[in-house]
Amino acid sequence: MHSLFQFIILLLLIIDLVMLWSGRMLMLIRLSAVQGCLLAALLLMPLKGPLTMELALLATAVFLLKGIGFPIFLRHICHKLGIEPNVKPRLGRMFPMLAGLVCLAFSLWLEESIPHAQGLFPPLLLPVALTTLFCGLILVVGCAKAIAQVTGYLVAENGIFILGIPLITSGSVWFELSILLDVFAAIFVMAIAINHINSTFDSIDVARFRSLRD
Amino acid sequence: MELFLLALLVMAAGALVSAAIALFPVTAARNKVADILGPVTAVAACLLGLAGIFSGEWAATEYRVMPWGLPFGAFALALDSLTRLFLLPVFVLGGTCALSGGISLRQSDPTEHNLGAHWLFFLILLLGMTLVMSARDAVLFMLSWELMSLSPFFLIDFNDRDRSVQDASWVYLVAAHLGAMALIAFFALLWQESGSTLFSEMALARHGHVTALFMLALLGFGAKAGLVPLHVWLPEAHPAAPSHVSALLSGAMLNAGVYGIIRSFDFFGNPQTFPLWWGWIVTAVGIATAVTGILKALGQTNLKRLLAYSSVENMGVILLGLGAGLIGAGRGEAWMTALGFSGCLFHMLNHSAFKGLLFLCAGEVLHSTGTVNMSQLGGLQRRMPFLGTLFALGAASIACMPPFNGFMGEFVLSLSLIGGLSLPGMEEKIGVLVCMTGLMLVSGLSAAVYIKSYSMTFLGEARSQCSVEPHTTSPVFQLPLLIPAAACVIGGLGAQWAFGMVEQAMTCIPTLPDSLKTVSIAADENAGALLGKTALFCTGGLVLLVSFTVLRRLLLLRQGIRRGPTWGCGYQYGSARMQYSPASFVEPAARLFASVMGTTMRRHEDAAYFPGHDSLSVKAPDVVQTKFYTPVFEWMRRLCNSLKIIQNGAVNIYVLYILITLVVLLVWGMA
Repeated sequence: MHSLFQFIILLLLIIDLVMLWSGRMLMLIRLSAVQGCLLAALLLMPLKGPLTMELALLATAVFLLKGIGFPIFLRHICHKLGIEPNVKPRLGRMFPMLAGLVCLAFSLWLEESIPHAQGLFPPLLLPVALTTLFCGLILVVGCAKAIAQVTGYLVAENGIFILGIPLITSGSVWFELSILLDVFAAIFVMAIAINHINSTFDSIDVARFRSLRD
Repeated sequence: MELFLLALLVMAAGALVSAAIALFPVTAARNKVADILGPVTAVAACLLGLAGIFSGEWAATEYRVMPWGLPFGAFALALDSLTRLFLLPVFVLGGTCALSGGISLRQSDPTEHNLGAHWLFFLILLLGMTLVMSARDAVLFMLSWELMSLSPFFLIDFNDRDRSVQDASWVYLVAAHLGAMALIAFFALLWQESGSTLFSEMALARHGHVTALFMLALLGFGAKAGLVPLHVWLPEAHPAAPSHVSALLSGAMLNAGVYGIIRSFDFFGNPQTFPLWWGWIVTAVGIATAVTGILKALGQTNLKRLLAYSSVENMGVILLGLGAGLIGAGRGEAWMTALGFSGCLFHMLNHSAFKGLLFLCAGEVLHSTGTVNMSQLGGLQRRMPFLGTLFALGAASIACMPPFNGFMGEFVLSLSLIGGLSLPGMEEKIGVLVCMTGLMLVSGLSAAVYIKSYSMTFLGEARSQCSVEPHTTSPVFQLPLLIPAAACVIGGLGAQWAFGMVEQAMTCIPTLPDSLKTVSIAADENAGALLGKTALFCTGGLVLLVSFTVLRRLLLLRQGIRRGPTWGCGYQYGSARMQYSPASFVEPAARLFASVMGTTMRRHEDAAYFPGHDSLSVKAPDVVQTKFYTPVFEWMRRLCNSLKIIQNGAVNIYVLYILITLVVLLVWGMA
């Protein structure tokens, strides 16, 4: 069970780096869906104690929203708005990848430096969570398309979610569920905003926002 | 006190109703309602306020603290003789300006402006000024100060389609807030040192940084009073604002700056312990302000701009009196102290009266002719005799002509400076002599300025078509102007009575030690008696003058003498161009003071035997603005523009800032 847990964490890390390399919108959405499924799987492998009903409920909610709901919703938006499949990376493909690797190194350093309770985080979980958070932010910074930025936001939130996994106790399940609901609302609002951006600027390229500055 | 509180409530209620009207789209009917409701509320509130300040003993102090629901500060109000004195012009001029403004706005395009919004801000301005003068808590004072400072921005911006008006209102806003910054620092320092926001507790605490506090007060309140070099907003804002607003700003709001400086003395302890150089600094700033203001006024052709610079000059004269009072208090000279402080307050009252009158007259000229450019005016006395007479009265008052109030105010100030000649030390005597010379120079130049403004506007021949056929209104509409005109006469002929109100405020500014207070009150009583005699002589002179004029006219009537046009005795080819223009009138003075005034003269002279076109123009740009503020603000604009690299409008770059901040914070936290 423990090695499977480690394997999934490694998979999450690889997906982060692949997302940074990827130049296609649908690929990003699919990878975020895979990440959602993996997060749900992580929840089904409790670090301490047996699998509880609450954890199963949370895993189902994560799977339904992050693994199925959001990707379908984002794909629907892509089709509806007729968005180009290309992500239009601002910084090319090499630079985000390098930035991701730097973030991985930084996260490993942080794992050493951050004072935390002994045995709270299983090996690799903290650096992978932080790397996922940073990769999400790099995606937001590096992509010109608003929908890719929404995906980046989703990835960043996945990083925060991974950080919360060791802390899940009976009480914090509801906390996690409320965060999930929050993310759901955010994605929903962002999708509506993208729709409006598209109708105002005839594009969802955020570079057009420059015309709004003073 | 109850009537006073009721006045505040009426102002607030009127502002709320005006705000409700302002929220709806502009229609002629709504504007009409707003233009009745706003002035009526303002006049009612001002009458209640006047009843409130006169209801108790003038010298008595009434204090009231009310709950206000904020976690800090207190809604502490008080009426003492100083507050009553400063509230007097607020209420008298507030009511007059509301009446005059209501009448003049009725004649404007009924759907051009949102009058609900205009009267909302007018009432807020009144409310702010009233609260500033009566607040006894730093938080309440600053909130009221902001109300008072923000509302003129919207009032000045009344004709907001005009680019110059927009610029003027922005200049005002920046200047007002630069002053407010100094005041926030001033009160924060007082708060820190006393641990309370109540003025009474701040006054009891011993402050370690009194000089810093004094400089902050002078800077913050001086910006509001328009002291040099913080005066640049005045000549921009006053011509841009509607005239009834200019009158209120000049006649009442500028006083708030003087009030603030005087009130701040309460926090510095015994005035005999103030460093002597404070008095000299205040005097020097006063003289510099007065001389700069009057010289700039002399070079103006725009009547309202001229009046604005004249306000700068008068604020300088007021400050000169304050400085003389401080020097006298420092040296224990009761005569100089008493007459310096009371001269300052008396001149403040007088300035409110004549400046309010002159701005309202200028507004009537603007309404009738469509311009206040004196090079296009002239000959209005014949066409609008009532207005011309009122302007002449105001001009004579401000030019210190006896028997009007301007003369009486500067007479007291001169007496104070004469008392200063008994100061020990040659350098102090020389300093007082310089002040006296400055005051005399300013008074003389002031006469020249107002002879120019009256003669160019009302006398001679019309210089353009707009003054040939002015859109005259019935003198009934100009009746509100009689109120400040009456104040000018009462302040002169009833100087002893008016000075009596000022005398009683002496108990408050600043809290003099008993030894000095008794002698100062006696000095004030002597000066009051002297004013009474002067007023009596003036009244006698006036009666004689009127009698001889009437007698002469009666005698001439019997001889059948007819009146004819000027130069009508044979020379028949005179024209409007063959008279003094505003530029040619000031040319000698402009040559004399060119280095100080920063004047630029342009003359086109045809030296041929048969001269053709000849022209002269005199311009007096504000050197402080052009050589200091404009380059400084231009530099700041460039600096701010260069910072737009950071504010580049790219959302994802903003996210990058968050990422960088996050990393830096993490690294910093770990280090």
